[in-house]
Amino acid sequence: MAIPTYYPPRAYRTRVSTYWWLRSWPYLRFILRELSSISVAWFVLVTLLQLGALHRGPAEYARFGEWLRSPLMIAGNAVALFFLLFHAITWFNLAPKAMAVRIRGKRVPPLFITVPNYIAWLAASLFVAFVLLRG
Amino acid sequence: MAETITLEVQRYNPEKDTEPGLQTYEVPLKKEWVVLDALNYVKDKVDGSLSFRWSCRMGICGSCGMMVNGEPKLTCATFLTDYAPGTVRVEPLKHFPVLRDLVVDITDFLAKLSRAKPWLIRKQEKPLAEGEYLQTPEQLDAFKQFSMCINCLLCYAACPVYGLDPLFSGPAAIALAQRYNMDSRDQGAAQRLDILSHSDGIWGCTFVGECTEVCPKHVDPAGAIQQYKLTATTEWFKSMLMPWRGE
Amino acid sequence: MELMLDISSHDLLIIGGGGAGLRAAIAASEVFPNLNIGIVSKVYPMRSHTVSAEGGAAGAIRSDDSLDEHAYDTISGGDWLCDQDAVEAFVKEAPEELLRLEHWGCPWNREPDGHIAVRPFGGMKKMRTWFAADKTGFHMLHTLFQTCLKHSAITRYDEYFATKLLVEEGRVQGCIALELMSGKLQAITAKAVILTTGGCGRVFRFTTNASIKTGDGMSLAYRAGAPLKDMEFIQYHPTGLPFTGILITEAVRSEGGYLLNKDGYRYLQDYNLGTPQPKPVLRSMELGPRDRLSQAFVKEVEKGRAVEGPYGPVVHLDLRHLGERIINTKLPFVRELCLKYENIDPVTELVPVRPVAHYMMGGVDTDINGATPLAGLYAAGEVACVSINGANRLGSNSLPELLVFGARAGVHAGRFALEQKSPGRHLLTQALDEEALIRRQFLPKTGRRERISAIREQMQKIMEDGAGIYRSGASLTEAAGKLRELQERFPNIALDDQSQAFNTELISAFELSSMLDVAETMVHCALNRCESRGAHQRTDFPARNDEKFLAHSLATRKADGTPQVSYSPVTITRWPPAERVYGK
Repeated sequence: MAIPTYYPPRAYRTRVSTYWWLRSWPYLRFILRELSSISVAWFVLVTLLQLGALHRGPAEYARFGEWLRSPLMIAGNAVALFFLLFHAITWFNLAPKAMAVRIRGKRVPPLFITVPNYIAWLAASLFVAFVLLRG
Repeated sequence: MAETITLEVQRYNPEKDTEPGLQTYEVPLKKEWVVLDALNYVKDKVDGSLSFRWSCRMGICGSCGMMVNGEPKLTCATFLTDYAPGTVRVEPLKHFPVLRDLVVDITDFLAKLSRAKPWLIRKQEKPLAEGEYLQTPEQLDAFKQFSMCINCLLCYAACPVYGLDPLFSGPAAIALAQRYNMDSRDQGAAQRLDILSHSDGIWGCTFVGECTEVCPKHVDPAGAIQQYKLTATTEWFKSMLMPWRGE
Repeated sequence: MELMLDISSHDLLIIGGGGAGLRAAIAASEVFPNLNIGIVSKVYPMRSHTVSAEGGAAGAIRSDDSLDEHAYDTISGGDWLCDQDAVEAFVKEAPEELLRLEHWGCPWNREPDGHIAVRPFGGMKKMRTWFAADKTGFHMLHTLFQTCLKHSAITRYDEYFATKLLVEEGRVQGCIALELMSGKLQAITAKAVILTTGGCGRVFRFTTNASIKTGDGMSLAYRAGAPLKDMEFIQYHPTGLPFTGILITEAVRSEGGYLLNKDGYRYLQDYNLGTPQPKPVLRSMELGPRDRLSQAFVKEVEKGRAVEGPYGPVVHLDLRHLGERIINTKLPFVRELCLKYENIDPVTELVPVRPVAHYMMGGVDTDINGATPLAGLYAAGEVACVSINGANRLGSNSLPELLVFGARAGVHAGRFALEQKSPGRHLLTQALDEEALIRRQFLPKTGRRERISAIREQMQKIMEDGAGIYRSGASLTEAAGKLRELQERFPNIALDDQSQAFNTELISAFELSSMLDVAETMVHCALNRCESRGAHQRTDFPARNDEKFLAHSLATRKADGTPQVSYSPVTITRWPPAERVYGK
């Protein structure tokens, strides 16, 4: 379907402010969730460095452990952990939107998708805790 | 209850103004009055030059979307009493060019809607004489929610992605494409996927989710887009793993 | 304000972008793929008032139903003023059209086996109403609009207001339209024009109609010389919210809602409508025929027993005794409408209601193919009077009507257009004249002092008092005189808005001018029809008079601007006039 040519008057365009995400909590929450990817990258990096240290022998690994225990690293990791939790929780809460599961023609209620995610998370955490705390 | 309430209305006349400004009006405060009634009061009794769109005053025509105290609202369903005491600030829908006062230019949305092919696509049309395409209530239910879109464009005003990148197809257009994709009678999903699976289409969406929050008809465009992404990804994997499947 | 002028040309021009207009455009485009089609609409098509229709669309499809039964229900409901050949064509094509919409994606409600579901509806003796939840009109309009998007031969003029039809050599050859965005005038020439602008409920103060329903198309045709038919027949709905005109469906009363006057008394028992029972009884009390309920309201007001509300007299609809659970399960949409748009909770509060103008049976006189007596001009939908609605439209007939006659008008106007030569040479002169006229009429402001809203409110009051649910010779004569005065005052309106871009005040002025014309034809047709039939109730002539008035009124515009009323015969094929059995 075509639209005829017209001579539009001078329409006013508002530019979106650089700080648009400070305007409301939902926008801020979104930006924080996006920023949390930095924390994810950080944890990946730490894990890679850890593997590298492990590869280079016990002395190197001990020094790596020492470095991890420095107050700066603990603080940094605490912040990263906070962001990761934030990411996980907000993401799990959004999951039902992305997944439209239908059983016998009826869409399953959102909780049926959110709750298994949390259960899987809990189970994985318990397993990791078991492996780490066993010895 | 106070007798009146203050209305701050954004005014812009392209023939006179270089940028919009706010004008203040005192309007009667009544229990059953919505923001739109206050605007009509101003237009009829105070200042006939105030321009805005409206029609049905029952939330179905989609004309009267505006920003009320910074939030996108259908002004026919936003009571003045919810803001009293205090002022009600009415501005045109965000992220669209302003033509005049509270009227925005929505031609961009209509072009995007057309591109999403929001009509039933069949490989083979069934003759009318053979009756209806059968569709169970469950199959109807699968797309019904997305068919409720009244094109009021509150979702575009809530979407920061659209604000920052006007090329983004946007929530309503994608939701309506998904409405036909999910329709058991439709066979055009592949055509629409070609159009919408690019960076200005579904992948432009970063899942802020506010489109769904502001939707007056509970269409859930955010859900539609994420589900569309899932389908697009599945299709991509299928085409990688089974290139012989072809078209 | 400076007006500019631009010119464009189409084979077929459709004025009005609602259900009928879109259906006409698609029909013409499918049958004649080479036809170049334009649609002028003062709002974006999906904003059109078709969107507000809730109930459904009638089309006989069940094995226990027949076309004849649908035809009979329609004709008897219309108090024998329907043209029966048109009704026969209508009932036959309605199911096909509804099915076509299904093929285009309309989400009709379904039976568990996947077939179309139908439901009962007031006035229809069989279940034949197709529905898409409680938003049938919305889904139909959006299906039509979205389907229209795939037709590249259709050019849309969205938010263009048609101010005048171009007529040359006795033939309609296009229109002049004002583009809202820029304030520019557009002369659009065409070999045929279809009017699909909808009704004119806004001439009344209390109406279910959207603000855009101002009779623009009726007045365009009337000024161009086409007659308006049966303009005295306006359908009322007995229960609308007084302020917004939002319609509260009959379902509320069939679930057991009471209608109360100011003493909390179920007043319908005083009007031969049965005795009050705690549970609803079919065809009695609150479930009596629509027009009887509206009439009882008027009597109650006369007796001083109505409730005085901020918007005039009302009665109360009481649902409180049903309880929150029933209201939420059976009437959720009604509660939502009351809460969301009028801030009333029917669970705890009395709902003020009153009769509201709902539908215009009359309109531009057309034949069974949508052709008006004026060559090159066609009309379909509420703007037209074919007539299948006669003196009273049956619920759920208007949606299939706009499909059936939209399609018919599209095809016939398309064929007519292909047979015509290119538009005449003098059209541009007419366009320039129109520009000068608009300039003179609405500018400048100095020396003028009438406000649009003031004249509009007075017109609505005149119509309510003089040509409302009950009319009399005296009330109508008075109304006719007062409307003339308003017509004389109209040139003195002062526009606050002197700018070009999106001047909605200028559009309001055009709309008011249309409404004044339409209101005059209503009053004159009503004054001349000295009988009571269907929606037209004369206190001085309470009976139907088939001998004199089994005929359509035709209002044509005289040189002085007043209407001249004449009559044309009603087409009777198989159903001779009889007493109306129900739903008067």
